[in-house]
Amino acid sequence: MPKDVTDVICPFCGTLCDDVVVTVSDDNKTILSVKNACAIGAEKFNHQRLPGRVKRPRMRQPDGTYKEVSYDEAIDWTAKMLVKSRKTLMYGWASTSCQAMSIGHEIAEKVGGIVDNCATVCHGSSLIAIEDVGVPSCTLGEVKNRADRVIFWGCNPAHAHPRHMSRYSIFPRGFFTVKGHKGRKIYCVDCRYTDTAKCADTFIQVQQGFDYELLDAFRTAARGEALPDTVGGVPKEKIYEVVEELKGGRFGIIFFGMGLTHTMGRNHNIDEAICLTRDMNDFTKFVIMAMRGHWNVTGSGQVLGWQYGFPYAVDLSRRDQARHQTGETTSVDLLNRNEVEACFYIATDPGAHFPINAMISSSKKPTVTIDPHINCTTEISDVHIPVAMVGVEVGGCAYRMDNVPIETRKVVEPPEGMLTDEEVLTKINNRVDELLAKGGA
Amino acid sequence: MANKITLNLITCRTIQQGVGMEAGKTSKKYFDACTIIHMHPEDFKKLGAWKNTNVKVTSSVGSVIVKAVETREDLVPGLAHIPMGPWANRIVPAYTFSTGEPCFKGFPVDVEVATNERIMGAIEVVQDACGLIRK
Amino acid sequence: MSEYIIKNGHVFDPVQGIKGDKKDIAVKDGKIVEKVSSSAKVIDAKDKTVMAGALEVHAHVAGPKVNAGRWYRPEDKHFDSHKKPGITRIEGGKSIPTVFKTGYEYARMGFTFAMEAAMPPLYARHVHEEIHDTPIIDEAALPVLGNNWFIMEYLKNNEVENTAAYISWLMRQTKGYGVKVVNPGGTEAWAWGLNCLTIHDPVPYFDITPAEIMTGLMTANEYLGLPHSMHVHQNDLGNPGNYKTTIETLQLAEGVKPKNTFGREQVMHSTHLQFHSYKGTNWGDFESAAKEVMDYVNKQKNITIDTGNVTLDETTTMTADGPFEHHLHGLNHLKWFNVDVELETAAGVVPYIYDPNISVCAKQWCIGLEIALMAKDPMRCFITTDHPNAGPFTRYPRVYSWLMSKKVRDERLNTFKNADKVIGATYLANIDREITLYELAQMTRAGPAKCLGLMKDYGGLKAGMNADIAIYDINPDKFPSDGPAIEKAFGNAAYLFKDGRICVEGGKVVDMGQKKTFWVDAKVPENKQVMHDVREKFLRYYSVNENNYPVPESYAPHQHIITVDATKA
Repeated sequence: MPKDVTDVICPFCGTLCDDVVVTVSDDNKTILSVKNACAIGAEKFNHQRLPGRVKRPRMRQPDGTYKEVSYDEAIDWTAKMLVKSRKTLMYGWASTSCQAMSIGHEIAEKVGGIVDNCATVCHGSSLIAIEDVGVPSCTLGEVKNRADRVIFWGCNPAHAHPRHMSRYSIFPRGFFTVKGHKGRKIYCVDCRYTDTAKCADTFIQVQQGFDYELLDAFRTAARGEALPDTVGGVPKEKIYEVVEELKGGRFGIIFFGMGLTHTMGRNHNIDEAICLTRDMNDFTKFVIMAMRGHWNVTGSGQVLGWQYGFPYAVDLSRRDQARHQTGETTSVDLLNRNEVEACFYIATDPGAHFPINAMISSSKKPTVTIDPHINCTTEISDVHIPVAMVGVEVGGCAYRMDNVPIETRKVVEPPEGMLTDEEVLTKINNRVDELLAKGGA
Repeated sequence: MANKITLNLITCRTIQQGVGMEAGKTSKKYFDACTIIHMHPEDFKKLGAWKNTNVKVTSSVGSVIVKAVETREDLVPGLAHIPMGPWANRIVPAYTFSTGEPCFKGFPVDVEVATNERIMGAIEVVQDACGLIRK
Repeated sequence: MSEYIIKNGHVFDPVQGIKGDKKDIAVKDGKIVEKVSSSAKVIDAKDKTVMAGALEVHAHVAGPKVNAGRWYRPEDKHFDSHKKPGITRIEGGKSIPTVFKTGYEYARMGFTFAMEAAMPPLYARHVHEEIHDTPIIDEAALPVLGNNWFIMEYLKNNEVENTAAYISWLMRQTKGYGVKVVNPGGTEAWAWGLNCLTIHDPVPYFDITPAEIMTGLMTANEYLGLPHSMHVHQNDLGNPGNYKTTIETLQLAEGVKPKNTFGREQVMHSTHLQFHSYKGTNWGDFESAAKEVMDYVNKQKNITIDTGNVTLDETTTMTADGPFEHHLHGLNHLKWFNVDVELETAAGVVPYIYDPNISVCAKQWCIGLEIALMAKDPMRCFITTDHPNAGPFTRYPRVYSWLMSKKVRDERLNTFKNADKVIGATYLANIDREITLYELAQMTRAGPAKCLGLMKDYGGLKAGMNADIAIYDINPDKFPSDGPAIEKAFGNAAYLFKDGRICVEGGKVVDMGQKKTFWVDAKVPENKQVMHDVREKFLRYYSVNENNYPVPESYAPHQHIITVDATKA
């Protein structure tokens, strides 16, 4: 008899929906159907049963082909690489559990690695801004229960966080928001008329790259001061009108995404958005939240935070002190400058998501990738260690975009003999200990 | 047909790209979702190209072949969009202005028609740049 | 497990009334015993001070706001971040140290237990993840309840049994230890940008007052018979003139009787009283109200307090008092972090520099010390810095030096830039009292252990109690006269035994011990109404499902569950 697993957490984006229902086969080996998830989440669960999945580690041969090797062999190779390299980039972590991260950090501390997560090419700018000016925020349930002014600025949840709008931000009825969508005014600021913009009451089309100026204009308008006729392509009348509407709300929130973090200005854009939020608290209640991408990129920041005091780009290569300096200890810059001696990627795919020049630099170094599936990074690595899918085949703690921790669930058994991230990292850690006890690789 | 136009390029996530990614980096879904450049109808006119034509997109760091399409998420003329992925990243400048963040959004590219050029696969497009393809 | 005998030390143990006499302490199997075999390892404590391990009654050391403080303040790592000798991991941060450093530093100072003072229930898993990673010291966490929708709805109708049943359910879900109240009603008001500054301000929509919330929670706490009392951070924190509200709040405890099997005698613990003992109408005419407040505390036996000593450092304030942090940000304009937590609470974080050249800061410093020095019963007054709000907990040795030596504190007081003004607005200059080692043991060991309901195992050196023992390089007969010497001795325990294992030796961490997480399982009669309400709230208002809310036991390593039975109440 197939059975339903309920309250399943979707391990795709930072929305971390926890109401997914997955039907699995009687033997707990196959996912038969997925309910409540968005198209992307459903695809992730369904991928579990696709044929052609790699089930054992592979090592690249001199002729460029890959040969299957045992886990022990792959782990030994990895441990030796880590011990030998004086400075290893240990990047990824956004799609694994907090428990696995903890073990990874222990390894990094021993071998002098630099631990960085996907925030580095995602919300790293936001983290810099928060380091500069703080951030007034809230949990997503607060938005659902109270928010009557919702702004999406440079983000497109219709595509990137598909259930965000129905679960938290536009449509749900909450305690003080009994009218749901009708009781909220929705704004979208973007350089494109996105599918999110189509759900908004007001769309403000900003000229690409002029978000800082427009945010600044909002602050100026909030203080009742003079504006030029247009800012970032937006007429001043519109800016004054929107600001007055925002002031008239009881609880406002700005959700922002890559439209601010990736464009010119980077952290300064976020800085300005946070300061606007702060200013608005002189008139009404206002908060702001980053639309975090990977389902557990927030968790990586949290674990690094409580263990070393920095949210990403943590350089442990001095072994007795943790350092963090954006532009210096961030992954892309390290690769651009050819500054690391080996690369260790886990639970991510920089091959697909880093600029190519960074990956060309990476491909020249000994590289190990730990990931459930073949991806662009595994195919430029020396060793690929496949693992169980966290949140599908093994549980573990994850943090939602509002930093709320949720324990992901195991839904089905991983393929026979497949190790989890935690198991692989523990074995690497033990092997590193053995090698270090013997005085090195 | 030898037109070359300069556009401002952004790379963003799309739901098709997300679905494709989860279906697998080597899947057709992923290929179809990411090997495209969204352009405004006016820019098609300027380029002198039909919809669904292969084009060569060149930035300060390199070139990539993708297919030019019209988008349902409207752009303004002069602005183009390639969904995030290894193809887009062949031309994304890696310079970070000391923020750690490369220039994923808002860099100039030249677009020219390349009807007969082939679009590489996801892994091929990375391996090719890294010099890992044995000819 | 190995046996130890600690010989020739000067023992200070309020539990047995030992005041510095030389007495041997025997340790076996993690406990203090009457005697050990001749094979026991001998620790020579000649010319040293021997006390039980200290207990931290109120500190913010684990959880979402602490971590927000850590990662939004990279500059905090510049002050003090390097690996120290011993078997330690990398240590980082000063006012908000990393979890590793937190465990090590408490141990180096002779602490064996710390209470995380504010756990937002929705973030309980995060708090426990950090507690899990904090080495050596035992820990527990207090869920914040003073602005919880369930509580406010039940108490509006005087439903004490439902309140108690909900508390019992919540403590099991969150692996919580007791009832924490932070700015009751005011934090819910903050969700609309408002506040409750007196205990009679109605909470928006919920139509209940802070006084009613506190009285109700105190009653529910005693109904359940929890090991700890209601633990309250009062309304109107940090504002001149707030002492009247403070005394009015303390008066709520009058006539309430403690009911528990743990030997606890208080029904209200009022925390960081320094921040609540201010006279004046603004920061210009601001002055100490320590006398007024402590006169009341001294005569009202069923309350306990802790001090919240300002240490004159650059630090990071953090509290579930969301409106206060917004207010503070308005005063100092440093970066402001805030998070409002659905149905439950909020939190704010703002860095703060207690500058000795600013007379307000210097007066705050005086008030904190006055509270401790005016306390007639050291078993009811505990030393804290409300870490990291008034200063980092790593400054305890310095606070002790001010309390234990009039010379040391007067040196500080008289060299303030505005010394005359500060002295004129406070009582400190006229106080001669010096806290003795015995009183220190009461204020940091026996007292907090009793207040937390842990006196059976903690806070003393009687046979049968936990072998948590701190040995300091202090000869009571030649008590150091200069501040740095006192600080050094209290900051670097000669030995720290945790559950009978030597974890610190000569100020160095040598063993990670086996830390325990404490939580309280309160049994109540089955309550269908409350379970229905829980289901309803999760279906309609929470952003997580009910089944994804509880913290599994795997998060609490070596958990120690204290069970109370209120089914026959």
